[in-house]
Parts: sequence; C-alpha cells; structure tokens
Amino acid sequence: MITMAQALNTALRDALRADERVLVFGEDVGTLGGVFRITDGLTREFGEQRCFDTPLAESGILGTAIGMAMYGYRPVVEMQFDAFAYPAFEQLASHVAKLRNRTRGRVALPITIRIPYAGGIGGVEHHSDSSEAYYVATPGLHVVTPATVADAYSLLRRAIASPDPVVFLEPKRLYWSKAEVALPVQTEPFGRAVVRRPGTDATLIAYGPTVPTALEAAEAAGEEGWDLEVVDLRTLVPFDEETVCASVRRTGRAVVVHEAHGFAGPGAEIAARVTERCFHHLEAPVLRVTGFDVPYPPPMLEKHYLPGVDRVLDAVARLQWETA
Amino acid sequence: MTVLAETSHPLSLEPVQLLDEHGDPADGQVLPPAAQRLQMYRRLVVGRRFDRQAAALTRQGRLAVYPSSNGQEACQVGAVLAVRDTDWLFPTYRESVALVTRGIDPVEVLTLLRGDWHCGYDPYHHRTAPQCTPLATQALHAVGLAHAARLAGDDVVALAFVGDGATSEGDCHEALNFAAVYRAPVVFFVQNNQYAISVPLAKQTAASSLAHKAIGYGMPGRRVDGNDVLAVYRVVRDAVEHARAGQGPTLVEAVTYRMDAHTNADDASRYRTSAEVDAWRKRDPITRLERHLRAVGVLDDAGVAEIAAEAEDFAARLRERMNTDPVLDPMEMFRHVYAEPTPQLREQAALLAAELAAEAEAPVGGVEARA
Repeated sequence: MITMAQALNTALRDALRADERVLVFGEDVGTLGGVFRITDGLTREFGEQRCFDTPLAESGILGTAIGMAMYGYRPVVEMQFDAFAYPAFEQLASHVAKLRNRTRGRVALPITIRIPYAGGIGGVEHHSDSSEAYYVATPGLHVVTPATVADAYSLLRRAIASPDPVVFLEPKRLYWSKAEVALPVQTEPFGRAVVRRPGTDATLIAYGPTVPTALEAAEAAGEEGWDLEVVDLRTLVPFDEETVCASVRRTGRAVVVHEAHGFAGPGAEIAARVTERCFHHLEAPVLRVTGFDVPYPPPMLEKHYLPGVDRVLDAVARLQWETA
Repeated sequence: MTVLAETSHPLSLEPVQLLDEHGDPADGQVLPPAAQRLQMYRRLVVGRRFDRQAAALTRQGRLAVYPSSNGQEACQVGAVLAVRDTDWLFPTYRESVALVTRGIDPVEVLTLLRGDWHCGYDPYHHRTAPQCTPLATQALHAVGLAHAARLAGDDVVALAFVGDGATSEGDCHEALNFAAVYRAPVVFFVQNNQYAISVPLAKQTAASSLAHKAIGYGMPGRRVDGNDVLAVYRVVRDAVEHARAGQGPTLVEAVTYRMDAHTNADDASRYRTSAEVDAWRKRDPITRLERHLRAVGVLDDAGVAEIAAEAEDFAARLRERMNTDPVLDPMEMFRHVYAEPTPQLREQAALLAAELAAEAEAPVGGVEARA
C-alpha cells in the first residue's frame, strides 16, 4: 500500500530520472522535502541543481520558472498552499498562460505548478482554499487534479511531460489516502474523465477531494434504492464533455459536487454545459453541491462547510423522482 | 564624488559620464575606439528616426499606440551594443529603439503596437523576449533564463530592461533578490526617465537613488548618465562581463528623460513644465555625441548627412511597409492557445470559421439585407 503523497514523490523522482531538463523548486522543497514531504529526498538524490529551495516569494518562483522554461528546462514548482499561490497569479495569468499564444507558438512553457489545495485537514484560513475557478477561467492553462493514488502518479508524470503549463492541484486531504498500486502506472491522457462507479439512476460529477465523497454517497444511496454513477473528471481543462454527457444521457440526472464556492464555480460551467447538451435526456435540473459562498471557515466549522455525503444525498433526493 | 561608504559595494550618487553635456570627454576616461563611437552615433540617429517615424505612424492611424523612446536612445542603443548576440534581452513596451538596434525587423518590432499580433518577432531567433507590458514581470524571466543558462553551462547573460516606476513593483524586488541569491548572470538596466506616466520619481521612492537599492540585495549598483551613450555602453558592458565571469548580477540606473509624453494618448503638459523639458533638451544624447565626434575629426558635415540619409531611408522603407494593411487570419486566435486545442476550443473555432465562411459568401450589402 502506498499513499498519494508517496505516489507524487515517486512521480517526481521518476521524472527527474527520465529527463535531465526537469527541475523541482520552491519553498522548503529541498532539505526539508516540502511541508507535506512530497519532495522528500529529491535534493539528496539529484543534487541542489535539480531540486532546490528558493527565496520565499511565489511570483519569483513562477516568474523565474518562465525564464528557465524559455531556456529549455521543464520546471516543476511548488506553491506551498493554495492561498500562497495568489502572489504568483500575475505571472500565471499574464505570462504562463499566454506566452505560447503571444509568440505564435514559438515559446512553449512546459511548467508544472503543483498546488496543495482544498480543505478537510483542519487547516487555517489560508491553507484550505479551493481556487480552481481562477485557473479554469484562464485560457492557456491545463488544470488537473487527481483523486486516486494511481492518478496522482500518472497525471503528474503527464503534467511534467506536457508541452503546456499545467496547474496541478493536489487535494491535500487525500495525501494520506492509500491504495495498492504498483508504480509506474499509466492512465489516459489529459481530457479523459473516468467512471469510478457505474450506475443507472443519476450521475455524480466530482473531481479531486470530492471524488471519495461522491463514491461514499453513491454507496449510501444504494441503500435507499438509487443506483448512482460517479464520474471523476481528473482534468478540469481540458474538460471531458463526452464522458460526462454520455453518463448523463444514460442516467438522465446529474449532481456536480465540488468544494469550491458555488457561485461561478466550475459546477456552474459544468451544469450549463450538461444542460445545453443533454437537455432532452434530463429528467431534472442539474444540481450543484458545493462549498458555500463564504470565505473558507475556521477549522472547527469546516465540517459544516464541506460538501458531505448527506448534502449530496439531499441533492439526489431533489432530482424530481416523482416524475419518473 | 559622494560615495556611500561602509558597504561591500561602494556606490556613487554621481552618474558615470564619459562625455559631458557639451560633448567634452570627462577627465581621465578612456573612450571606445573611434569606429565604435561612430557606429553608436549611427545607431542613435537611425534609432531616433525610427522612433519619430513610429510616432508619425500613430498619428496616421497605422499604430494603435506608441510609447516613445525619444530622449532615451542612448540608454537603449548603449545597452544593446554592450551585450553579445548570444545574450538575451528582456525588453518592455518602450524598448522599440533597443529592438531595432538589436537588428529586429522594425515591422516585427511594431507588430504589438500595430495590433495585428502580440509579438511580431521570433524570441529565439533574436534571443529577445517579447516586449513586456505588465511592469517588472519580465525581470523575473530574465533571472530564470540567466540561472538556467548557467545550469546548462552556457556563457549567456540576460539584460532586463526596467523603468523607474517598475522598481516599485513587487516583482522587481523578487527579481533582484532571486538574482543575487542565485548569483545569476543578469544585469538589471533601469531607465530612470523621471516619470511613471505622470508620477515623478520623488513619489516613487524615498531612496537616494534607484541604484542604491542594489545595496540591500547584496549586489553592485551603478548610476550612469543615460544620455551619454559611451557611458551607458561602458557601464552595462562592465556589468555584463562581471555577470559572465560568474560574479553575479548588477543593478544599473541610467538617468535620462522621456522627452515625449508616456504615449500618444498621454498629455504631459498636465504634470510637467516646458522649462523642465527644455532643460533636458540641452542634454540631448545625439547632439552631445555629434559635437564630440566633430571635435575629434571623426565626423563632418558629409558624414552627418550620410548617416541622416541612411536613417531617412530606413524610415521611408518602414513607412512604405507599414502603409499596407496586414493580412489577418482570425482563426489564428485559436491556433496557439495550447499545443493541442481542447475540444471546447475546436468547437468555438468551428463557430468562427462558419461565421467567416458566411461572411465570405454574403453578397455586398448582405449584412444589411439580413438585418
């Protein structure tokens, strides 16, 4: 059994071994091995030129990564926490996402930006944000988030190999989740969602930290007579409309589950797309179960904020079953 | 000479000058060879003529906007000539003269400002990053590239152009700090043209000079007369070679003046007096060098006329090429967002393609007819 954290660590190690252009850097990623130990041992194995600590400045980390990528390296940078990535946002939105386009494809930026995100670990206010809406609203970025140990490995390897920048969101609450996986594993390319649990009555659409929640809800729903399908998006950009819509057309009902704020969150986009493309197959409006539109709450309140199994089941119950 | 003592990098407040305002050599300074001085003069004259032509193209509606380099030619020419072709430039939107001096096709330089694409030239071919609009952000790219070059064992230095206003940006601080910590081979070249659009330097910083900021980062800081191309060349070249030798970064402040408004869309009379502008006119970089070259017999009327004609020819060719409408392909909007477009982008591209096809098929007046 290995943890998601170990899978990510192995992915970085294998990428560093496979390609000498890969560099890993950020705050505390060197000697310490990262505050979540995702880069544990990399400096020891690959030396300070390949995995190194930077000054404590996120815009500096990402801005210098751009220059390094321009020179042919493949930087993998760590933003220590979701909310600590905001100082780097200008570099991300104004340059990382746009340089290929600005230069008519001449300058590619194969940069992976690893960001531990989302809540559920009793973290303080600035260590629990689900900030994916900012990234998915920025053309030019791939936005990826694994929900399983195997995907953590394979998606990170794909991110590092990608010719384009990838915002790689690591659900920090799943760092310690375990699975029996023999690495290396390879899964589908970006833009392929996966049906984690087949079902016939409704589709739960989830990604990252809410995939286990959705699976748990689907198990519980079975006891109430609903057979729920669970789709794990894996990559928000590119968005796998095909898999999602195929599922919803089969089941006729859909609930999107994410931790990010509901208003203008990814769920709004997904619900709109599903509605546009599956309207005649829908038995009920597409519902969303999301974080509330409040700043991330203090640790003792987060259990009321996070979309849990009960809230998902309540939404499923509202899917107009009486008309079926 | 005021020297800031008790630091590891003694720093003079007095800008380095090789030629004074009258074109007389400063005491004890060894000047570059005559042929090189003449070449700098040529680049200055061509650079200014280019700049005037670009400003005129704006008035004719050929450029959407133009941030002028008028008055700052010595900074841009001197700095660019001080680096090797293998070194990298990280320019801002105001570095048009620097890019022309670098040898980039002037039409490609003006692509951003004409508005047919964001960057007209190939950054790898010219080892010149796209002109950067968000302030000071490019300084970090320069540090990263310089650090990467050193990791690769290459003999490459990055020259980052920054304006006085941009020194207040957080990214400028981060770039200076990263560069010093990494000992990256990068030179930060600040053109202090006294104004960030309308805000004067006094409202930008309380530091004795912008070059003094170097002290806090643990790197050398140099002030240079930005209207003296020989001094700019000397100071930047020294900093570049210092970096190339593995001695780390330098912060160079070139003291100059933006003779025109921020851009054609700006009205400089609202924030500065004509007396101030006139005082700077007396320090003109081209007049100064021309006086000197005439005095030492390197340049005469015929030489001046010949170079002026060369500049005129450069401008005429540019004018001619800019007076044709660029050919645009709207579908290109979708082409470079990713190496492989997402399914959603393919769908949107198909929508635009259908609109374009319908437009192409519509008879003249078809749009009105439909309406």
